[in-house]
Amino acid sequence: MTTTAPAPAAVAEERPGLIDARPVRHPWRWLAIAVIAVLVAMLVNLLIGNPAFHWSFVLQAMNQSPVIEGFWKGTILVTVLAMVLGVALGVLLAVMRLSDNPVLRGVSWVYTWFFRAIPRYVLLTIMGALGILFQQGIALGVPFDWVIIRALGLSGDWRFATFDANTVFVGLTGGVIGLAASEAAYMAEIARAGILSVDKGQMEAAQALGMSRSRAMRRVVLPQAMRVIVPPTGNETIAMLKDTSLLLAIPVGTELFFQLQAIGTRTYETFPVLVAATLYYLIASSVLMVGQAYLERRFGRGFGTQVSSDADKAAKGLAAGSAK
Amino acid sequence: MSAAIGSPAVGPAATAEHLVRAVNVTKSFGTNEVLKGVDLTVDPGEVVCLLGPSGSGKTTFLRLINQMESLTGGRIWVGGELVGVEERDGRLHTRPDKDIARQRSRVGMVFQRFNLFPHMTALENVMEAPVQVKRLPRAAVRQEAERLLDMVGLAERARYYPSQLSGGQQQRVAIARALAMKPELMLFDEPTSALDPELVGEVLAVMRTLAEEGTTMIVVTHEMSFARGVADRVVFMDAGVVVEEGHPDQVLLAPREERTRTFLQRVKADAEADAQREAELARTLSETATP
Repeated sequence: MTTTAPAPAAVAEERPGLIDARPVRHPWRWLAIAVIAVLVAMLVNLLIGNPAFHWSFVLQAMNQSPVIEGFWKGTILVTVLAMVLGVALGVLLAVMRLSDNPVLRGVSWVYTWFFRAIPRYVLLTIMGALGILFQQGIALGVPFDWVIIRALGLSGDWRFATFDANTVFVGLTGGVIGLAASEAAYMAEIARAGILSVDKGQMEAAQALGMSRSRAMRRVVLPQAMRVIVPPTGNETIAMLKDTSLLLAIPVGTELFFQLQAIGTRTYETFPVLVAATLYYLIASSVLMVGQAYLERRFGRGFGTQVSSDADKAAKGLAAGSAK
Repeated sequence: MSAAIGSPAVGPAATAEHLVRAVNVTKSFGTNEVLKGVDLTVDPGEVVCLLGPSGSGKTTFLRLINQMESLTGGRIWVGGELVGVEERDGRLHTRPDKDIARQRSRVGMVFQRFNLFPHMTALENVMEAPVQVKRLPRAAVRQEAERLLDMVGLAERARYYPSQLSGGQQQRVAIARALAMKPELMLFDEPTSALDPELVGEVLAVMRTLAEEGTTMIVVTHEMSFARGVADRVVFMDAGVVVEEGHPDQVLLAPREERTRTFLQRVKADAEADAQREAELARTLSETATP
């Protein structure tokens, strides 16, 4: 800036032009490539050469109708339902945990404490065994009706509908309930962190406009909290996908891994069915990752980095037009 | 506080002509008494500027009017209606949340830090409350929102997200958002304090327009020239009480109270010191720059 000006004639020659520099050399990179190439070659050799893989059987196993049914019902459907219920209940628990009402705060805390402590495998085993507790079924009606009826000197019961505990808690329903209950405890913590990440001024601004607390929560706070909630929820979903293999504990037979293992035991083709399971889980979690990326873009609206919706494009176009 | 309910001095009947009437307002946070008996009235169409050093309680007072905080003592009426509480059977009852939300919807508020909803475009920010709270039809709300954005000079920024707008633009959207509810009263809490100096003017210009249109406004501000040019009345607060109030020319040019004088002198001295510092800095820079 403050250099003494050179003689005007010299300026034209001495002004630096385009940069044409040699790149830094990366010899270690080449070595790493060589090592990895050898390892990959060994892996390919193993996959192709080792007869225990029995690839044709892998594809055959993947195509069995009980396996496909187990995948769609036991793995995908249970993942989706357990996550939908778990997220809904988790958000509710987070809102309760942050409410002014000490009773709701306490209930939420106890729930999280309880369900986070129990391993999912144990929880699902308990779900399967709950029928023992409710041998007369589960009834909808007046609580403690028999006490009231006896006290009033009447007879009969005040129950409107009775379900068989062994159909409610056993099978896929039990699996969904158990996994969702466990998931809600984790989601509650994730959602709470998300809600707390939103600036306090947002709730104030919404309430200053005349919104109730719950509407402000729904319209203003939660959509912003989603930006923080979605990425860990994606991880939770992929973890849930894998945890559906625990349905075996209930026990549930309509499930991918159980079905594949059954084929393995029947045919003594132990390893190919494991490969088949791995492929199924890889495919499913890859699809979920795409979904997660989409959701992250959707809830990242207005936060700079990502641009996706038409409104964003329009805004960008305008911004480019009227150069800021 | 145990102010007698229904006594003629504080009864609702006495507030008929005032849009805002605050009587003996006190507010404590724990043991810290922030407001120590503030009285203030604002008539429809009036522009009142609250001035005072930081910690004087002016922002707290503003927040009490819109129930961002609850009163410890005293009473505030807005539009003849007691704020936060209601009188039934000769005693006070806390108003239910729904009632408080209704009262808030009649008062517009503009915050120091804008608090726009970052996940909505400027237009969506302005439309949000009329659609969600008043349940007005979308098409009509959109038209009105576009008109308001045009009024604050941001018609072509309607589809921008707040993060794509400058501070001054964001604050103007925030003003449009508050106006969309057609409030009877507008509260401004240091609306230009978080802005870069060159952006202050555009926000003050919008506020000036509103004042000229007859909007009732209470403005907490440090902008002396705005107070002098626009306010009908200036209220000087210090240490939780109103020290002096009156016409801006009187309070700002010929203050009666010692505390007001001290404050104004300090503000002036600060401004001069700033100017001097800037000049010195410029001098030092130019000195080091020349070899």
